[in-house]
Amino acid sequence: MTALDVRERREPSSTSILNDPKFRGLIYQALLLIAVVAMFWWLANNAATNLARQNKSTGFSFLGDSAGFEIGFTLLPYSRASSYFQVYLIGITNTLLVAAVGIILATMLGFLLGVARLSKNFLIRSGATIYVEAIRNTPLLLQLFFWYFLGLNALPSVRQSILLPGSIVLNQRGLSFPTPVFDDKFIWVALVGVLAIIASFVWRRLALKRAEETGHRRPVWLPILGFLIVPVVLVYLISGTHVTFDAPTLQGFNYRGGFTAPPELAALTLGLVVYTAAFIAEIVRAGIQSVSYGQTEAAEALGLRERDRLRLVVVPQALRVIIPPLTSQYLNLTKNSSLGAAIGFPELVSVFVGTALNQSGRAVEIIGLAMLVYLTISLLTSIFMNWYNARVALVER
Amino acid sequence: MSDIIFVRDHIEPALPPPSRASGVFLWAKRNLFSSVTSTLVTILAVVFLFWIIPPLYGFLIGNAVFTDPEGLRGQACRFEGVGACWIMIKGRWNFILYGFFPSSEIWRINLMFVIAIILLIPMLVPRMPFTRTAALLFFLAFPVVAFILMAGGVFGLTPVPSSQWGGLTLTLIISVIGITVSMPLGILLALGRQSKLPIIKAFCVGFIEVWRAVPLITVLFMASVMFPLFMPQGVNPDTLLRAIIGICLFESAYMAEVVRGGLQAMPRGQYEAADALGLSKFKSLGLVILPQALKHVIPGIVNTFIALFKDTSLVTIIGLFDLLNTVRAVARDVNWSSPTGDVTGYIFAGFVFWIFCFGMSRYSIYMEKRLHTGHKR
Repeated sequence: MTALDVRERREPSSTSILNDPKFRGLIYQALLLIAVVAMFWWLANNAATNLARQNKSTGFSFLGDSAGFEIGFTLLPYSRASSYFQVYLIGITNTLLVAAVGIILATMLGFLLGVARLSKNFLIRSGATIYVEAIRNTPLLLQLFFWYFLGLNALPSVRQSILLPGSIVLNQRGLSFPTPVFDDKFIWVALVGVLAIIASFVWRRLALKRAEETGHRRPVWLPILGFLIVPVVLVYLISGTHVTFDAPTLQGFNYRGGFTAPPELAALTLGLVVYTAAFIAEIVRAGIQSVSYGQTEAAEALGLRERDRLRLVVVPQALRVIIPPLTSQYLNLTKNSSLGAAIGFPELVSVFVGTALNQSGRAVEIIGLAMLVYLTISLLTSIFMNWYNARVALVER
Repeated sequence: MSDIIFVRDHIEPALPPPSRASGVFLWAKRNLFSSVTSTLVTILAVVFLFWIIPPLYGFLIGNAVFTDPEGLRGQACRFEGVGACWIMIKGRWNFILYGFFPSSEIWRINLMFVIAIILLIPMLVPRMPFTRTAALLFFLAFPVVAFILMAGGVFGLTPVPSSQWGGLTLTLIISVIGITVSMPLGILLALGRQSKLPIIKAFCVGFIEVWRAVPLITVLFMASVMFPLFMPQGVNPDTLLRAIIGICLFESAYMAEVVRGGLQAMPRGQYEAADALGLSKFKSLGLVILPQALKHVIPGIVNTFIALFKDTSLVTIIGLFDLLNTVRAVARDVNWSSPTGDVTGYIFAGFVFWIFCFGMSRYSIYMEKRLHTGHKR
């Protein structure tokens, strides 16, 4: 009988257990686990022996100790007596400052260049291409050195500062500009401002919802302008608050007052913006080209105006392609800001992993803390990316 | 026959095309003056060019110092309004190319480059014989030969410690090692990330994400500061080796993500077809999946190579003398320093980096077209 034959053939398993994929999988995993654990144990053991030999203590208690060194540029109050933890915070805020300013400016420049690469105008098109090819193919560190050197040498000394309108002063010590000073009544203006922003978001959403339901469009931008400006101006006038400006003025050999961005900050920001914008330009170009021309034609056939064609058809589809690589460029910019260490800008790596580590000798703890910051930023970015991807994913059939 | 009918008895010569519908005019109309905005932009761009080109020309060529007949070195560039100090590059050419390598031993580096080029030509140029042999020699025998030539100490070659390696040679050494190590490592990590075995997958995901989250400069700091701490007493590999290890691990994580993109683009049918042919796991990967997956992501792979090549300049920060650091050192040299020395050095180094990176990107476009088999979607 055939049925019997089949059963008989099944019974004796002549294959060795070594050829069983499941068993092999277990073996491979066990081997990897053993190797990884053994390596970490070996490294930790070496570190413990070395630390014991050098009589070094471990732990995070050093964060409370006084750091005892100056930092050239700080957003938070800081002095020699401040603790290592404050150094850490200053490193983080400086990194985030450069990242935030750099991301905003690089996005603007990058979008401009990306559109310019597709321009019908030959000069603009080739200019953008030359820019992108030249910047993308040279190291960022070299560009940073270049800008820093150029900035230090091309800018005038304090006595011959360039005075720009609005009390902005540019010289070798950096770019100084006035900062507003608010009195305590200003809180009301700020409060009304926040409320106005919330109200305009609500209005916009309601108007869009109504437009989708009934097809009647309500004006969106004009009322929003009214929401924002009228109450804020009214409250400003009623509360009688005064906003004064603290402008940089020449006192002795230096400009004091206002906010001064040192040349290191300017060079780092400029370098990061110029470099990242070239990459963003390519992403934007690819994004726009990824929307097939048929989409534009279809929008035309529906009778949409040029503006609506871009706003409702082309841009949303291009953004789906643009946003994920764009976020990873933002992440790259944030990580690249650590190159500020090479030109002496006190960001996280330079001030904490560099100076603080050299002084305190707590290599493991400090590098761990620094990596924690970057890991957190990276994790937040990828959470955002996943959320965005899920939101805009194509829903097919 | 009426004589109203007119029959042309000769062919009229062709008229010239309308002057504004072809050639330069049409091109200019379409590309420079297609609309009012475009015309305005063109005018602005021309003004910008007129503003930028003369000083640029003056710096690079017009006021630049090309010759140094009196042997003044940096002195020859120390005057008001000087342009680029090209004699500095010329004068320290050997240092920029070979670093501190003893000048009597430079033939060893040159020999290494010659061997590398002889082996690379059959690998990179399609339809050349001996591709396989050259690849085997390049990846298996050449590293040994190159190391012997660089480090010396055997066969009567004078030993040269790695602290004396430098210049463009060092940049190329780090990048070639980085590329050859990070590529297979990245493929392994990408395969591991796709694996169904939970521990292997978790390990690969963790490895990739941690390395990708931190900046390379932190990795290099770690390699230069923390590495000795984690080694047994007495084991202390030199800075160059530590930096290379750091760069390799760092870039392999990026490579893994690129390769993963290619693996994910493979349709399931390819795996199933390979299974149906009875291929083993390794054969199906090596013969069916990887060749197609890698072909898909050639641009990404080459981008990673370019990034790696540019990233090697970061070893400047931990004090190694790569191309960038040597030109900086030259510009700071007492004999050669001049007002424009730094900028000259940066422009030169930038140009060298640019040639390599641009060359790689063009080559990748060429390979992409050549390997394009019509299956691309």
